[in-house]
Amino acid sequence: MTGETALNRRLFLGQAGKGLGLMALGSLLRPEMLKASIGGGIVNPLHVAPRAKRVIFLCMAGGPSHLESFDYKPELARMDGKAMPDSFTKGQPIAQLQGQTLTCRGPMTEFRPYGQNGTLVSDYFPHIAGIVDDIAVVKSMVTEQINHDPAHTFINTGSGVPGRPSMGSWLTYGLGDSSDNLPSFVVLTSVGGGQAQPIAARQWHSGFLPGKYQGVKFLSKGDPVLYISNPDGVDRSLQADVIQSINRINSLQKGVTGDPEISTRISQYEMAFQMQASVPELTDFSGEPQHIIDMYGCRPGDGSFASNCLLARRLAERNVRFIHLYHRGWDHHGNLVKDMTTASKLVDQASAALVKDLKQRGMLDDTLVVWGGEFGRTPMAQGSGRDHHIKGFTWWMAGGGVKPGISWGSTDELGYYAVQDVVHVHDFHATMMHLFGIDHKKLTFKFQGRQYRLTDVHGHVVKGLLA
Amino acid sequence: MNIFFQKPPMWMRPSFLTPTILAAAVIGSAAAAELPETISFNRDIRPILSENCFQCHGFDKETREADLRLDVRESALETRNGYATIVPGNPGESELIYRIESDDEDDVMPPPDSEKSLTAHQKSLLRQWIEEGAAYEKHWAYIPPVRPAVPESGRFDNPVDAFVARRLDREGLEFSKEADARTMVRRLSFDLNGLPPEPGLVESYLRGDIPGGYEGLVDHFLNAPQFGERMAVYWLDLVRWADTMGFHSDDERRSTPYRDYVIDSFNENRPFDRFTIEQLAGDLLPDPTTSQLVASGYNRMNQVTGEGGAQPKEYRAKYMSDKTRNVASVWLGSTLMCAECHDHKFDPFTMKDFYSMAAFFADLDEPDLVSSGRRTGIFHPSIQLDPEISNQMDQIDTEIAALRESGADRNEIRKLEQKRERISMNGLWTVISKQREEPRMIRILPRGNFLDETGPLVDPAIPEFLGSISKDGRADRLDLARWLTSGENPLTSRVMVNRLWYLFFGSGLSAVLDDLGYQGEWPSHPDLLDWLAVEFMESGWDIKHMVRLLVTSSTYRQTSRVSDELMEVDAGNRLYARQSRFRLQAEFIRDTALEVSGLLTQQIGGPSARPYQPDGYWADSYKSVGVPHVYHQDTGEKLYRRGLYTFWKRTFVHPEMLTFDAPNREECVAQRPISNTPLQALVLLNDPAFVEASRVLAQTTVDQFTSPDLRLDHIYRRTLQRRPTSDERSVLLDLVKTHQAHFSANPEKARELLDVGEYPVPEHLPVTEVAAWTSAARAVLNLHETITRQ
Repeated sequence: MTGETALNRRLFLGQAGKGLGLMALGSLLRPEMLKASIGGGIVNPLHVAPRAKRVIFLCMAGGPSHLESFDYKPELARMDGKAMPDSFTKGQPIAQLQGQTLTCRGPMTEFRPYGQNGTLVSDYFPHIAGIVDDIAVVKSMVTEQINHDPAHTFINTGSGVPGRPSMGSWLTYGLGDSSDNLPSFVVLTSVGGGQAQPIAARQWHSGFLPGKYQGVKFLSKGDPVLYISNPDGVDRSLQADVIQSINRINSLQKGVTGDPEISTRISQYEMAFQMQASVPELTDFSGEPQHIIDMYGCRPGDGSFASNCLLARRLAERNVRFIHLYHRGWDHHGNLVKDMTTASKLVDQASAALVKDLKQRGMLDDTLVVWGGEFGRTPMAQGSGRDHHIKGFTWWMAGGGVKPGISWGSTDELGYYAVQDVVHVHDFHATMMHLFGIDHKKLTFKFQGRQYRLTDVHGHVVKGLLA
Repeated sequence: MNIFFQKPPMWMRPSFLTPTILAAAVIGSAAAAELPETISFNRDIRPILSENCFQCHGFDKETREADLRLDVRESALETRNGYATIVPGNPGESELIYRIESDDEDDVMPPPDSEKSLTAHQKSLLRQWIEEGAAYEKHWAYIPPVRPAVPESGRFDNPVDAFVARRLDREGLEFSKEADARTMVRRLSFDLNGLPPEPGLVESYLRGDIPGGYEGLVDHFLNAPQFGERMAVYWLDLVRWADTMGFHSDDERRSTPYRDYVIDSFNENRPFDRFTIEQLAGDLLPDPTTSQLVASGYNRMNQVTGEGGAQPKEYRAKYMSDKTRNVASVWLGSTLMCAECHDHKFDPFTMKDFYSMAAFFADLDEPDLVSSGRRTGIFHPSIQLDPEISNQMDQIDTEIAALRESGADRNEIRKLEQKRERISMNGLWTVISKQREEPRMIRILPRGNFLDETGPLVDPAIPEFLGSISKDGRADRLDLARWLTSGENPLTSRVMVNRLWYLFFGSGLSAVLDDLGYQGEWPSHPDLLDWLAVEFMESGWDIKHMVRLLVTSSTYRQTSRVSDELMEVDAGNRLYARQSRFRLQAEFIRDTALEVSGLLTQQIGGPSARPYQPDGYWADSYKSVGVPHVYHQDTGEKLYRRGLYTFWKRTFVHPEMLTFDAPNREECVAQRPISNTPLQALVLLNDPAFVEASRVLAQTTVDQFTSPDLRLDHIYRRTLQRRPTSDERSVLLDLVKTHQAHFSANPEKARELLDVGEYPVPEHLPVTEVAAWTSAARAVLNLHETITRQ
């Protein structure tokens, strides 16, 4: 197979070289399609010096409470049980507390100072507390959508209206494929800690960008990648024979019809065959030493968030560009103490372990880690929990050119509005793009007569977050 | 930045002193792109202004700079601070030319921070346009089409060819030769039926056995019920039809009768105006038939939510917006949605237009948040189409009424009500449109913000610049639908014929299928587009007539083979000196495998099917309340239904569909992208549906033929309607030989392969041979040629 593959590859490269001139003419019609179709990214050269090569986004789906994690509000504690001042909530969108009496709820846990700057972290996150000197805590996030589904869509695509490309698709469109034998944009999910909110495939969809930029969701059970296994009864060598036959006949047809798309088809079959080897290798944890497994606190391959964090590191090592983990356990309308205890236990240690592990491998410098939900939770009580809240909440970031050991921005005394150094989701997108060397205003795609971009017509790079 | 008119007097500036020299330099550098003999505003100028200028000097008054409009000639000609932006006939005196050619960062237009810039060629065009007098034209798509004269050459019977040939003549090009018979039959079969041709058809056609020859063949495919299925795939993308509600929990929403209505409409050749009216306003027709009510389900296809904490008012606004976006995309080919938060930046749509269009849907009786229906998929208002079930329900209703009248025990009544509820879940439901007693009030939402109630109330109306509906009292959906398909509306007919053209030629005459506005594309053949648009209306909106017209043209019948020379001149095939070739759509790839293996279930319409799908694919969907989203795979015939019947869950579209670029049906999609990815290879290689189809094809092959050559001939004839070449033959016979040896040594592996899929293996067949031939069949079903329409 190897010899044949090499032959096919030479054939492919030769033809691709010839075909390029033809495509270049086609590019008069859609230049953005041409640049994207030859493997590289459309942003070439990069607009600014890049700091990050990949991102691991740890999405705490459901919306964890900033008030029980990183945003300590003594004034809210003082107001516990008292009416929420009308001045905060009047005319504001409210989710499940619509039409109800709004009462303040003080922090339901203790906070302690950590690290060189005495950053306050709640008792739910002892491990993350241990890495505060490596992370930037952003306490002034705001978003625009108050229900889970559109809120995820907003975080991912910069719009509440479905149909736009997700940020992972934008990045791979801009920067090109990063891995020879794995997808550039991978999604992993896990559950635990309260009602698991759904995550739609729309969240990693490429929208109007070409389909190849779609994220690939790894399943936690069965084949991690859909259809990655050979059919029953077919081993790798038989599969190789079949693929080789397909590619040979396709090359023969190329000679007859001259269809340049055949060359692409041939190379896609080669890559599919390589993926069939590289995915099992990726998910084979047998080479991971025990102390690493202990650090993450996982049973590798069990589909837990911790196992996904370990897998995320392995994906990062293989240069996958956008690695998106969802932990679906943070929608704490009620039973916040119980459910947050569960969710944080599933997430805290592994999140910190991932940052430490990347750091000890020298990979944190060019790997951006982001941790946060699609929104935060209200300072007002909802029974024993809190409702959705979009006007101020907390994320943290590490590595990839983000300034370590700082807190950025703040909410008001009750943790309702982000008031200082506000970071809108659009600003986050602009900043993330900047770290990858992309000017967010320049990465556009024309659709329905309009140049679209991830940040729409908004977004500012948050300079203060840059190392 | 409002600095447009604060700068030194004209005579101090370089362009004033040396306009001719500059112009020469500019034209010199314009290289290959030649300037036209005379400028056409719509063809040459509007696209430049729209792309680069209108955002700040256009229709939207909120963002207008320097009070200058470049979309209106009077404004552009006005003198401000001593300069006029445009001085007709005098580019050197025109501020516009100075600005676009300036090197000064403060002066140059478009400004550097806009990320826009003009090419030398564009600058030359603008200069030439002003030289020629700076004539403006109304945007082509907003003028009602008038039938242009068909070019006379005496060479063509079909007007399509006459128009295409005129352009080819001008470019010094010629039509390519006609495609060979096999390719033609395959092309027509895929284009009109979404399937490869049935066995023997190519041979019959070659022998001249088809009455009516080529035209007869076209009619054969147009009259086949698969025509409706094929067209429905496209229509369902436009109207974003799906089996589920879309947002959050994404529960099932029963509406498959609407899909059947669409299939039937294309098969019965329902005139497009009636098709339009029935969907938008079937419920408003006098004594609507069941079919018309089913059609009116169109108005309910938007995404809805039942998420806890969703604000009714917010979602009402989302639904209205969704419906408005869709009707504008489907029938007007317009990006009206841009006017939800501000006046349109390019086209003359105001915010008022957006909300006035939304107001047409304010009469719909529908819940803001679906709750109880989530369990059953029955989203009221709906109708029950199974007469048996509705009879039973009516009967219980009568009983309940009688009991109530007689003052019977409440428990007894409740029992009956529960029984009714249980029965009602069966049968065939579909969502329909129904009017509320009073329409909701619709007001303009400032910046699209549903919390802001300061905007004025609006009544239903079409976009103002397109005219108005004359009616005493409130216009309704029926008026809208009638206007859409009236001669007064310049858009709908053009939009639809442009899309039909795309289906059969691979690109639209105007390439942006969902935007015929300023930012759309000046058509490659504007006269042809208008001729077709008028023909469509005057034929009585006859879809089959239009399709026949297109596919019987010589333009359609050309080969898709392309010479290097032609590729040099027209890589994108916008001049149609050949046919285009493209990969089949997701559904038709599945259908092809099922058809050639003989597995395909012959049934038109009906409920959705659940074919093989990887375990856990729905794992991240909703499951804490209501119906747990477990995928219950079908068995038997339902496993082998055409792709368009595959259960369409918006949040998790079946992976085969998604991988081959099918949309999730959340928004109108007029043109699917066509990608070519390794994941597609994995689907065709490993998805049990395709492995099973290969295996079953191998079974019949091994059963019917003994010699390897005949077997391979059979597989090729079924799949590609041709014989393998000798090279292909040697590749595949080698494959079979090697695998035969392997499976003979490992018969248990052969058995495993044959066990893929639930379709039985006849006992008498030699297991290892079938397994070896399954490899050959897999290879052939994976070929580029198999999934390509040429």
